[in-house]
Amino acid sequence: MAEFTLPKNSKIQPGKTYSMAAGAKNKKTFRIYRWDPDSGENPRMDQYEIDLDKCGPMVLDALIYIKNDIDTTLTFRRSCREGICGSCAMNIDGTNTLACTKYISDTKNDLPVYPLPHMEVKKDLVPDLTHFYAQYASIKPWIETQSAPPPDRERLQSKEDREKLDGLYECILCACCSTSCPSYWWNSDRYLGPAILLQAYRWIADSRDETTGERLDNLEDPFRLYRCHTIMNCTNTCPKGLNPAKAIAEIKKLMVTRSI
Amino acid sequence: MNLQAPLAKARGLGSAKSGTHHFWNQRLTAIALVPLSLWIMVSIVKMTAMDYQTVSAWMASPLNAVLVLIFILAMYYHALLGVQVVIEDYIHTEWQKIACIILVKFLIILTGLTSAMAVLKVFLGL
Repeated sequence: MAEFTLPKNSKIQPGKTYSMAAGAKNKKTFRIYRWDPDSGENPRMDQYEIDLDKCGPMVLDALIYIKNDIDTTLTFRRSCREGICGSCAMNIDGTNTLACTKYISDTKNDLPVYPLPHMEVKKDLVPDLTHFYAQYASIKPWIETQSAPPPDRERLQSKEDREKLDGLYECILCACCSTSCPSYWWNSDRYLGPAILLQAYRWIADSRDETTGERLDNLEDPFRLYRCHTIMNCTNTCPKGLNPAKAIAEIKKLMVTRSI
Repeated sequence: MNLQAPLAKARGLGSAKSGTHHFWNQRLTAIALVPLSLWIMVSIVKMTAMDYQTVSAWMASPLNAVLVLIFILAMYYHALLGVQVVIEDYIHTEWQKIACIILVKFLIILTGLTSAMAVLKVFLGL
């Protein structure tokens, strides 16, 4: 059956409190999920009370400030700090989003920060995305053609056809949408999830690709595609403002179109 | 220990190349059930003021009998498709999942056909 409670060794305990904002005018408490695989202890929620005047405006700025100045053991992924790499995806204030594009001022006090939901945790805020990336590889995210490329130039695409990729090519594979989807929580071993299905549609919709039929064949499956029950969490949570639910609906439309 | 490559795990047993039929029929029955359910509810409310002879006469009309039959078949088929999805979503032990799906299919065929037969019985005046 689906798991509705955490296993015993995953139950979250109260953690340490770091009060580093004595006398500060602009205080904020971050409650951050901590788990160290080497300690053998259960996960815990550490509280960091910090002075917001000492760090930048984004949640990632606060996390970097905490790691640099308060607690160097805090572990998280980050790279570009401008919403293009997708590394710092985590569950902030109850919503999956990118720490680098989330304003601290848009959140309530006692800001809770967890790793992406229902993924195995490597450490603290770092989830294991191995299977997610393997699912991405399984949809062959590259152009596939039978006809030879023109000898003197690249394969052409009309402006109208190029526009069909808008809202698809911007996906940075941060996994916010997939890990917000209950269907993905319960069946991620077989269901591809919104991010991978949006990426699959990005290649189905590409006028230069010549394997649309094979791509649809590969997705036509009660689990790979049809676990999507239009819950719409994916679209609600996407930090890039994309609409994976619509991309999935387009795939389903093509499935019906080619069968009736 | 599982040393299988992540990609092999993600590909699994491959695509079943099915599911569209299930998806499409679930939508079709849903569309059909919107007017049929309203019609059957109104009809049943009206029947509360009728005696058995009047209801039998109503059911003896081919159009009414066929509409009731379509309602019954569409509803049970729709329920079968929906419950199967719920089972696949939430039951992850393979034998339990298959056992539940078999049980639900048998139950729905039994209750669906019994309901349909009851309509036929009244329609034929047996």
